[in-house]
Amino acid sequence: MELTGADIFVRCLAEEGVEYLFGYPGGAALHLYDALYTQDKVQHILVRHEQGATHAADGYARSTGRPGVVLVTSGPGATNTVTGIATAHMDSIPLVVFTAQVASALIGDDAFQEVDSVGITRPCVKHNFLVRDVRDLAVTIKKAFYIATTGRPGPVVVDIPKDITAHKTEYFYPETAVIRSYSPVKKGHQTQIKKGVELLLSAKRPMIYTGGGIVLGEASASLTAFVRELGYPITNTLMGLGSYPATDSLFLGMLGMHGTYEANMAMHECDVLLAVGARFDDRITGDLAQFCPHARIVHVDVDPSSIGKTVPVEVPIVGDADTVLQDMMKRVKASDTKPDSHALKSWWQQIEQWRGLKCLTYQKSDELIKPQYVLEHLYELTGGDAYVTSDVGQHQMWTAQYYKFEQPRRWINSGGLGTMGFGLPAAMGVQFAHPNDTVVCVTGEASIQMCIQELSTCKQYALPIKVVNLNNRYMGMVRQWQEFFYEKRYSHSYMEALPDFTLLAESYGHVGFKITKPSDVEGVLKEALGMKDRLVFMDFITDQKENVYPMVGAGKGHHEMHLAPCNAVVPTDRELA
Amino acid sequence: MSDRHIISILLENEAGALSRVAGLFSARGYNIQSLTVAPTEDETLSRMTIVTSGSERVIEQITKQLNKLVDVVRLVDLTEGPHIEREMMLIKVRAEGSLRDEVKRLVDIFRGRVIDVTDAFYTIEVTGTGTKLDAYLETLPTGSIMETVRSGVSGIARGEKGLQV
Ligand SMILES: Cc1ncc(C[n+]2csc(CCOP(=O)(O)OP(=O)(O)O)c2C)c(N)n1
Repeated sequence: MELTGADIFVRCLAEEGVEYLFGYPGGAALHLYDALYTQDKVQHILVRHEQGATHAADGYARSTGRPGVVLVTSGPGATNTVTGIATAHMDSIPLVVFTAQVASALIGDDAFQEVDSVGITRPCVKHNFLVRDVRDLAVTIKKAFYIATTGRPGPVVVDIPKDITAHKTEYFYPETAVIRSYSPVKKGHQTQIKKGVELLLSAKRPMIYTGGGIVLGEASASLTAFVRELGYPITNTLMGLGSYPATDSLFLGMLGMHGTYEANMAMHECDVLLAVGARFDDRITGDLAQFCPHARIVHVDVDPSSIGKTVPVEVPIVGDADTVLQDMMKRVKASDTKPDSHALKSWWQQIEQWRGLKCLTYQKSDELIKPQYVLEHLYELTGGDAYVTSDVGQHQMWTAQYYKFEQPRRWINSGGLGTMGFGLPAAMGVQFAHPNDTVVCVTGEASIQMCIQELSTCKQYALPIKVVNLNNRYMGMVRQWQEFFYEKRYSHSYMEALPDFTLLAESYGHVGFKITKPSDVEGVLKEALGMKDRLVFMDFITDQKENVYPMVGAGKGHHEMHLAPCNAVVPTDRELA
Repeated sequence: MSDRHIISILLENEAGALSRVAGLFSARGYNIQSLTVAPTEDETLSRMTIVTSGSERVIEQITKQLNKLVDVVRLVDLTEGPHIEREMMLIKVRAEGSLRDEVKRLVDIFRGRVIDVTDAFYTIEVTGTGTKLDAYLETLPTGSIMETVRSGVSGIARGEKGLQV
């Protein structure tokens, strides 16, 4: 049977098992929207800004492992998705973003709402397509989903001119995508794996460092078993949190710029480092010249270009994290060499000494709400089992430090791009995917205002998200850097003219609480978490003088951490008034 | 150490494939000395030759990043093995009076050809390695060159090895 491009589009999404399509209509997309109107397989979620659609699809993808899907119109609809696409690209999140385009005959004429969407998105996608013929539409969609979800995942953009959505052709959806130039590796090279295992077993001071690749590669169970088999210490990157249970004694917490003392010191002193699904970025390594100075490195990654990019590696292993870890496990179990228990014992003694410093201790207060205090209670009240999204800034780092994630896909944040405005729309995608679970968005008063319009989407679809706004009246993270590195010149980092967030939430039809006293923190959190069918916006008025510790300054070595949690030197609201 | 490398690529003959490669080089700050691209006997494929330079680590990243592009089908760093490189150059040179013979003599030495003649100018075609073309340009009398057009380098591996799908 002949179908229009628009009907083919909807059929293909249904074939791919797409539950939700996050989108926003407009001229070039109208045939597509018409086709959506007359079907009930794919549910369209109307956001309030296209950036919100991409972050929502991203949150859906991060929390499920399935691709997030977006539909927007041409021109401004497409450009509004760029931040969200780049966010997904940096963290290797599978998205398929459909951008409508002006009619083929108008392309290149500066037509109304024309932009070169393929050109604009090229540097921040895994791949993109412009569909030139309706007969290519179905196969292009098949390829888009295949590319987005395999190998190292990532966003794929499909640009569809309006006339193509009206043209008709015979509908056929291929079972598989065949792309001769694209064949992701799964299995690691056995000789390399053997070398890697031998090196690991020869270690006196071993360390395991894993990242988002464990989450993306569904390798948590294999990793956990492997680490426990060896009894080696493990740390996670910001993107990897939850892929190894945070309460396990082998876990040293997060590493890097705001990592724990024990994790960073163990990195600095280790003699063999196993890295899996992590990419040695600058927030992890600090000064490359001082990074892991004593370590021989084994690096497992599905993307060969991640290996040896910033740090030289002795044993590179290209392969899917789960498959490689299982192969390594088999070899460890079969090996006659066992971990050097004597060396391991003294290594652990050293680590326990570092751990004994309790680097995450902060000064409690009866008067001012400490952000860490809110997060500790949030952790306890949710049993470490909530889906937690965050925006970008101090609150993000504190959440990573104080919320102990036990499972993968629970911690949803923009690590690579650091996109403020991510948290709330991402939480929407998570809540759609997990309607009966607790979804919390931890944010700051600056970040939340970047996509605050999505509170309206939350109302329309009755999403009972719990927003924890750690309101310090500063772009806290910017202010912290200005304090440390710009002699306390707080240039444009104070947030003036803030709205009353409780009234704002209420005007969108939600519940709003303002919390000013530490003694109210637990009660309000409890009450809010108990309101299963309402979005609750909790505006915590927090201590403005808190800084995130430990901190490895940009370009410093892991062993050069700022530790002593001293208060910030900063004018408070009262002093500024 | 910054070495010169010739990377030869079989690329899907798709709109946008060239800009993906060019965009990769500019976005990551890799340098391109020359880039040539043209269709092959298989109309679905283009052959691209890139001359670049960088440390071993940078060249390794360049080849890995290129391989990651979905449009890149096959790739080889020709400089890793025996290979042949050629570049073609068209030059318009002032050739009047006594210069006329001198210029012609140099063309012969470099095995070039005069392909167009006016009273005052020769247009010359020379083919060879990049170094040979540079050397030829050096020999021409100062101020005599009106225009040069270079094709950029193309290359192929020696012997029976070939870059194929
Ligand atoms: C879109 C965007 N613009 C700017 C920045 C730079 N930036 C990083 S953190 C930050 C401040 C965030 O302030 P807030 O949301 O209040 O969080 P806090 O640090 O106070 O917890 C800024 C401006 C960014 N990450 N993203």
